[in-house]
Amino acid sequence: MTTTNAAQSFINVGERTNVTGSAKFRKLIEQGDYQAALTVARQQVEAGAQIIDVNMDEGLLDSEKAMSIFLNMIASEPDISRVPVMIDSSKWSVIEAGLKCVQGKAIVNSISMKEGEGPFLEQARKVLRYGAAVVVMAFDEQGQADTIERKVSICERAYKLLTGKVGFPPEDIIFDPNIFAVATGIEEHNGYGLAFIEATRQIKEKFPLVHISGGVSNLSFSFRGNEPVRESMHAVFLYHAIKAGMDMGIVNAGQLALYDDIPADLRELCEDVILNRRDDATDRLLEAAPRFKGESGVKAKEKDLTWREKSVEDRLTHALVHGITEYIEADTEEARQKLPKPLHVIEGPLMAGMNVVGDLFGAGKMFLPQVVKSARVMKQAVAYLQPFLEEEKRASGLVEMPPKGRILMATVKGDVHDIGKNIVGVVLQCNNYDVIDLGVMVPAAKILETAKREKVDIIGLSGLITPSLDEMCFVAAEMEREGFSCPLLIGGATTSKVHTAVKINPNYNRGQAVYVLDASRAVGVVSNLLSDTERTPYIDGIKAEYTKVRAAHLANEQRKQRITIASARANKFAIDWKAYTPAKPSFLGPRAFSNFDLASLVPYIDWTPFFQTWELSGRYPQILSDNKVGTEAKKLFDDAQALLRRMVAEKWVTANGVVGFWPANSVGDDIEIYSGEPRHTKVATLHTLRQQIARDPSRDRAHTALADFIAPKETGVADYIGGFAVTTGIGEDEAIEKHIAKTDDYNRIMAKALCDRLAEAFAEAMHAKVRRELWGYAKSEKLSNDEMILEKYQGIRPAPGYPAQPDHTEKAALWKLMDVRDKAGISLTESYAMWPGAAVSGLYFAHPDSHYFGVGKVERDQAEDYAMRKGWSIQECERWLAPVLNYDPVSLNQDKVA
Amino acid sequence: MTRIPSAAILEKAANERILIIDGAMGTMIQQHKLGESHYRGLRFEDHSKDVKGNNDLLVLTQPEIIEEIHGKYLRAGADLIETNTFNAQRISMADYHMEDLSYEINLEAARIAKRAASKWSAQTPDKPRFVCGAVGPTNRTASISPDVNNPGFRNVNFDELREAYKEQVRGLMDGGSDIILIETIFDTLNAKAAGYATLDVFDEKGVELPVMISGTITDRSGRTLSGQTAEAFWYSMRHLRPFSIGLNCALGAELMRPYIAELAHVADARISAYPNAGLPNEMGEYDESPHEMACKVDPWFADGLINIAGGCCGSTPDHIAHIASHAKKYKPRVLPVIEPRMRLSGLEPFVAG
Repeated sequence: MTTTNAAQSFINVGERTNVTGSAKFRKLIEQGDYQAALTVARQQVEAGAQIIDVNMDEGLLDSEKAMSIFLNMIASEPDISRVPVMIDSSKWSVIEAGLKCVQGKAIVNSISMKEGEGPFLEQARKVLRYGAAVVVMAFDEQGQADTIERKVSICERAYKLLTGKVGFPPEDIIFDPNIFAVATGIEEHNGYGLAFIEATRQIKEKFPLVHISGGVSNLSFSFRGNEPVRESMHAVFLYHAIKAGMDMGIVNAGQLALYDDIPADLRELCEDVILNRRDDATDRLLEAAPRFKGESGVKAKEKDLTWREKSVEDRLTHALVHGITEYIEADTEEARQKLPKPLHVIEGPLMAGMNVVGDLFGAGKMFLPQVVKSARVMKQAVAYLQPFLEEEKRASGLVEMPPKGRILMATVKGDVHDIGKNIVGVVLQCNNYDVIDLGVMVPAAKILETAKREKVDIIGLSGLITPSLDEMCFVAAEMEREGFSCPLLIGGATTSKVHTAVKINPNYNRGQAVYVLDASRAVGVVSNLLSDTERTPYIDGIKAEYTKVRAAHLANEQRKQRITIASARANKFAIDWKAYTPAKPSFLGPRAFSNFDLASLVPYIDWTPFFQTWELSGRYPQILSDNKVGTEAKKLFDDAQALLRRMVAEKWVTANGVVGFWPANSVGDDIEIYSGEPRHTKVATLHTLRQQIARDPSRDRAHTALADFIAPKETGVADYIGGFAVTTGIGEDEAIEKHIAKTDDYNRIMAKALCDRLAEAFAEAMHAKVRRELWGYAKSEKLSNDEMILEKYQGIRPAPGYPAQPDHTEKAALWKLMDVRDKAGISLTESYAMWPGAAVSGLYFAHPDSHYFGVGKVERDQAEDYAMRKGWSIQECERWLAPVLNYDPVSLNQDKVA
Repeated sequence: MTRIPSAAILEKAANERILIIDGAMGTMIQQHKLGESHYRGLRFEDHSKDVKGNNDLLVLTQPEIIEEIHGKYLRAGADLIETNTFNAQRISMADYHMEDLSYEINLEAARIAKRAASKWSAQTPDKPRFVCGAVGPTNRTASISPDVNNPGFRNVNFDELREAYKEQVRGLMDGGSDIILIETIFDTLNAKAAGYATLDVFDEKGVELPVMISGTITDRSGRTLSGQTAEAFWYSMRHLRPFSIGLNCALGAELMRPYIAELAHVADARISAYPNAGLPNEMGEYDESPHEMACKVDPWFADGLINIAGGCCGSTPDHIAHIASHAKKYKPRVLPVIEPRMRLSGLEPFVAG
């Protein structure tokens, strides 16, 4: 195969629909703007991507859901969905969610033997059964392969398992032998480019049908910010890798440089780095990089020695910033002689120089490898000073200079990325901190055990892939459990201040989790945390900051798109009252139903929630034949039937209820209840809450409140409302005591669950009786039990405390109107919960257009209005409505005070 | 995992001759002019919903009629007959409130078909007959939103389909089907769920049946309802390593030809085709005569495109007898060797290299 052909058959996988790779795409997904996100996908395809990579791995995102929604949306866009999809996630559950949404033959990216052969084989079998090709990472139980030998041997092992044990077609296997960053300043990384290329050659030789792919942008990670150099590196790398047999790559299809278009000198520099052709390749490319950045006036640095004429402090700073070791010992010696104590050299000019490095790096003006080089200069200076420090200690009687603190560092379980962590380690060490580095894929237990044994002052966790975020939360929780209180540093590419504040820190109340943006910040953070005087104010500052971050995050989440109560009311659910004559109930006021026949309730039981109680998920009756839980569900159901028969036959509980009807009309969002006709005397007011969610106006959907289902007073229509409260819990506790052994938890729970089901069935039965007979607005109704569960009848029976009216306190009015306590034996607790618990209460609405809905979150303007109507203070209102407030009342009130 | 013993016999027969699959069941049932009470039989006298039109239910209430229709197709020369189970999974049965009958209908349908096929296998031992357990598309689509304003919405998902299909396949296997036939596929994602379910049930039972797959190209656009081309459709289904791939329904033989040719070109599985008897006329009736239809199918045989042929909507035993008599004159298509390459698909095919 000639090079040209190889290049032509190279498969471009579009990388922009990837939340980890594209900030723009991530923002769109986070905002739920899938329509705009589709545009990104479309541009990819238009730019020549033959496959589009879709990745939703973001710590604060429901990745499975985002993957499903986005793939479903793509399915409706023929100009996007004409190409295959690469379902990209480090989480199997996300991959599987994606596979369930694509009709085409997709590629899974990726699976590996990271967790051993078992999970690998299982996932591979499923991939095959879903009908997809698969990317296999060169990754095994020991970690990600970095040498040629490991890359090849892992791929060989995976190949044999896939083709031998799973029956996977070799042509549908794509190996990713790991493209790592080169030119990082760390010597071991210099061979990474060549290792990939050589491994590719060998794998293709052994298994000619497989494909080789990789994430190319990793390669140039250390040149972030210098796109021309990055693109050149990618082009040079691809040129060689494709020749070796790489035939697929995740690339920015619209932005690939041509090998031949790269200036010859830059191409050579890149080639030196990628093919590891000379020891100083990294230095040379680094030095030349600014020249190609495309900024005006930036010229290649000549060997300019004018800096040598400056003060010794400036010279040290210059050497640190530029990573020059040539003169460092001489300059350090000069500084030592100039200053009273050797330690002052470290604390003075050297630290000042490192701070400059930190600032430049923070501002994106220095690259990672340069920082590592700075650290090495620092280390060399400290090493030079070491004998003088020892000497001074001896002279002053100290046995040894104690390190400033001991820091444990680890990349968390499941993650192998450690460049950042290693950098932080180097930087900390040369600042005289004692660093214990546990390496990669470190389980929480090992971290904590080592931390205890070595009495460390700080634990630092690193991770790059998204699942590491969960693992960090776990480590934090374990630290809490084991009584740790030392600071916990969080760093790595996917970590963030928001995630640390929102998800990690709440797990660790004894100590403080601190997000560290990058290596350059680590020294500052650590020195503050270990300083006797700075520690407390510093931690307090972080605590305050994180509280704000949490609040802002929460507010962001919830404050999304609400409208004012006034506009919501203007868009109320409209009913044509002129066309409607309400049916008059057969009686007005309350009526009690005592000792209702239990056996007549059994057919009304909805069994699906019963299984949910027992954490078996699935719909009844399908659940009984479910593959996974069917057997258990069937057993449980049989036991339930047996116990239910006894409960009914032996009358373990008494079913009592009360139902009432009243003349009623709505006034705004309230419902007025009258004693009788004419409607002069108001006996109660029911209050309702209105939806405030912002909706796509083109959808033409109302902002509904329950009051909309009752004729407004001004219409003059004589409307009615009903109420009810029923229980099957009377005698429940006594019966359980009497009939079921104390040790028999199973049947005790079962009996309670059945009582709850009976109460719901009672409500259902009573509602049917009301519709057909007591109110009688649907006398000819004939429905099966299934239809009843599906609520196919006319009218609704919403309960206070549930989505259509989230305010539990509304029960109070009902209790008074119907004298529920005396008539049915159900009382209300101080939080308006019903006792006995096996009870249901609610309102009856008869209008055929009345329907169930969720109020959702409400804004402060409605809360204030509601408080006024209920005669509450705003604080009281916010307490009762807390779960549905679309704002954080505490921070709002604080803002007002401030 | 063992293969069902009839698979080897089926393979042998398919290598020797073009196999004939039966024609329309619905068309034949219509001729009986059954009313609501016939559909209900005694057993469903009190069922809460009208069930007229629930043709699959007839295996429980009018089994003799179904067996008789099978017999007519077998007499006409069908090697393969399809169970009367096109809608017999819970998702479609919900229309009649008969979800819980899904397994039973499949079981009985397969038993009836098996009875009929065995009778004919005994009479013509040189022409063994096989029962295709028919798995239809359901009345919902996993790739298409029913709400034009909300393209991300679905009224059925992969897992629901898979569960419903598993129950159906269990019934079909327990009743004695020789083959699982996933047919009239207008949404490939539904079919992938059916395929997944089928393999799951094979695992459960430790027995493997040949799988036949038949998609539906809805019009001259050459695409399935969910938008895939025939080639893309094949790449989506290929992992099931089916006994055959092909097309049925929607089109008559003339219009179906280019897409059958497309499949024959790319697929290393046997090709099946059972078109409608022409296109419906303005009265909604299919009026292509048996002779006409057979003449339109004849060139497929002559050009070596086909391994399995038969009829869909509007076809009758007479149509099948005509097609069978034409097929006799020709050899079945020889399976091509397809170069192993990664072959992916979106709506359109993508072949690596």
